[in-house]
Amino acid sequence: MKKEFKIIADLIENNTRVLDVGCGDGTLMKYLKDEKNIDTRGLEILKNNVQNCISKGLSVIEGDAEKDLHQFPNLSFDYVVLSQTLQAFYNPEKVIDDLLKVANKAIVTIPNFGYWKVRLHLLIKGTMPITKTLPNEWYNTPNLHMCTIKDFFNFCSKKNIELYKSIALKDEKTSTINKANINIKNLYSELGIFLIKK
Amino acid sequence: MNTKNNIKKIIIKKPLKLDCGKTINNYPLAYETYGTLNEKKDNAILVFHALSGDQFVSGTNPITNKSGWWSYAVGPDKAIDTNKFFVICANIIGGCMGSYGPNSMDSKTNKTVGTNFPVITINDMVNAQYNLLEFFKIDKLFSITGGSMGGMQVLQFVANFPDKTKTAIPIACTASHSAQNIALNELGRQAIMADQNWNNGNYFNTGSSPNNGLAVARMAAHITYLSKKSLEDKFGRKLQERDDIKFSFDADFQIESYLRHQGNAFVDRFDANSYLYITRAMDYFDLIKQYNGNLSNAFKDSKTKFFIISFTSDWLYPTSENKEIVIALNAAGADVGFIEITSDKGHDSFLLDVPDFLRSVRNFLEANY
Repeated sequence: MKKEFKIIADLIENNTRVLDVGCGDGTLMKYLKDEKNIDTRGLEILKNNVQNCISKGLSVIEGDAEKDLHQFPNLSFDYVVLSQTLQAFYNPEKVIDDLLKVANKAIVTIPNFGYWKVRLHLLIKGTMPITKTLPNEWYNTPNLHMCTIKDFFNFCSKKNIELYKSIALKDEKTSTINKANINIKNLYSELGIFLIKK
Repeated sequence: MNTKNNIKKIIIKKPLKLDCGKTINNYPLAYETYGTLNEKKDNAILVFHALSGDQFVSGTNPITNKSGWWSYAVGPDKAIDTNKFFVICANIIGGCMGSYGPNSMDSKTNKTVGTNFPVITINDMVNAQYNLLEFFKIDKLFSITGGSMGGMQVLQFVANFPDKTKTAIPIACTASHSAQNIALNELGRQAIMADQNWNNGNYFNTGSSPNNGLAVARMAAHITYLSKKSLEDKFGRKLQERDDIKFSFDADFQIESYLRHQGNAFVDRFDANSYLYITRAMDYFDLIKQYNGNLSNAFKDSKTKFFIISFTSDWLYPTSENKEIVIALNAAGADVGFIEITSDKGHDSFLLDVPDFLRSVRNFLEANY
């Protein structure tokens, strides 16, 4: 399992209820279910992934977070997880709003567009950056709203969203993001992991 | 039809109070089983059949000598693997394959029951079949499943008996029959009742049955089970054994010939009165209304793990209606998975060789057994 999922799993208490939005092939869900006795549900847009999850015994619903999150009752989960998908929505602001309706806390991870390699790619090459976490060309990328760790940090403060934990990930190494080091972290981190609460 | 005497039946002594107010007792419920019930009795799957189905799910149907209606899905090494699971299917009450229905003999009058048969509901069908658990001494089923009207019975079963099945797979169904569904059923009923041979339902001793009416009902219904694309792909405007149109009302087109064949084959195995009663039961099905406008309440006590399946080209019970069930289950905090299978084959997809669908059912069952 990738490091990102391990960090997310560590943020979640045992024996809780978790909704994984964009759960992919269910790797994280399976881990949470088996290792932490967590009651998991998943929402996934790709049929193939849903099939995969079903064959692992996971309860996953085929659907689109932007349309289908509202079907879950308010605060019906302890945590909702959104891993590297926020940038692919038409309206990320509304999705964050919806996440914090269905669960008490949300864990959101974002590929950092402020990472130095991304900046350098654009600066030197003058073309849209392609990196490990952003592997697509501009014309076939699913990403509509790229943001940086700093952008998300500012977004939360502007929207009065409480940042419980902010973690930066670079080469499997984690560190804490805070107001004092935000500019450095924004430059050197590939991924930001945030535990937020309204 | 003589072999009908060999059909397995249980006589249910326990009175069943029907939704219409009448009570029935000592009535037969015909059933068939596949596979073996294990010692722990935890491998039983109850299959509910649809409008035109019967208890002969797999293998060869002894009455029609054709393959069982769900042979693609049920059998040894199939998606519902009878090497592993014990599959039970009963003919619904109101049906015509041995269970209590309009073509049953009334011992008092020595005539068939006909339209003296009470109007039944999906709820009544499910309550009658619940007796199978007692008969096989099964405390809890491993799963229940069915497509179309079979799926409606799955929903009703969980609503009635929240702790009697570990898992449930309602397929291509709805929680509430739509105006379009009712309209299409009414078309079929009117076709039967317009046939002079129907004779207000008393046709058993007349020597002639409302076969034309029933065939038309079946033809109309059959169209609703297919998609425009599947009709186009299979038939298009192809002509039936002729080089050009004949300027007549013969079956010039292959699709006409196909539908006529479907209609004629159906009357050999199905009873017109049964068709009226069963379609009525479907039309009356409204689980939302049963639970005072909130479908979630139907599932609020259930620990059953659901897997809902719909098909992209099914316009009879479209994905949107299946999703309503998913939403209600989520609102009740129930355990639910959902997938929409891509298929051009329309509502009938669940009966056909649709690999993605069959794989989903197999994977779900295996992962949860």
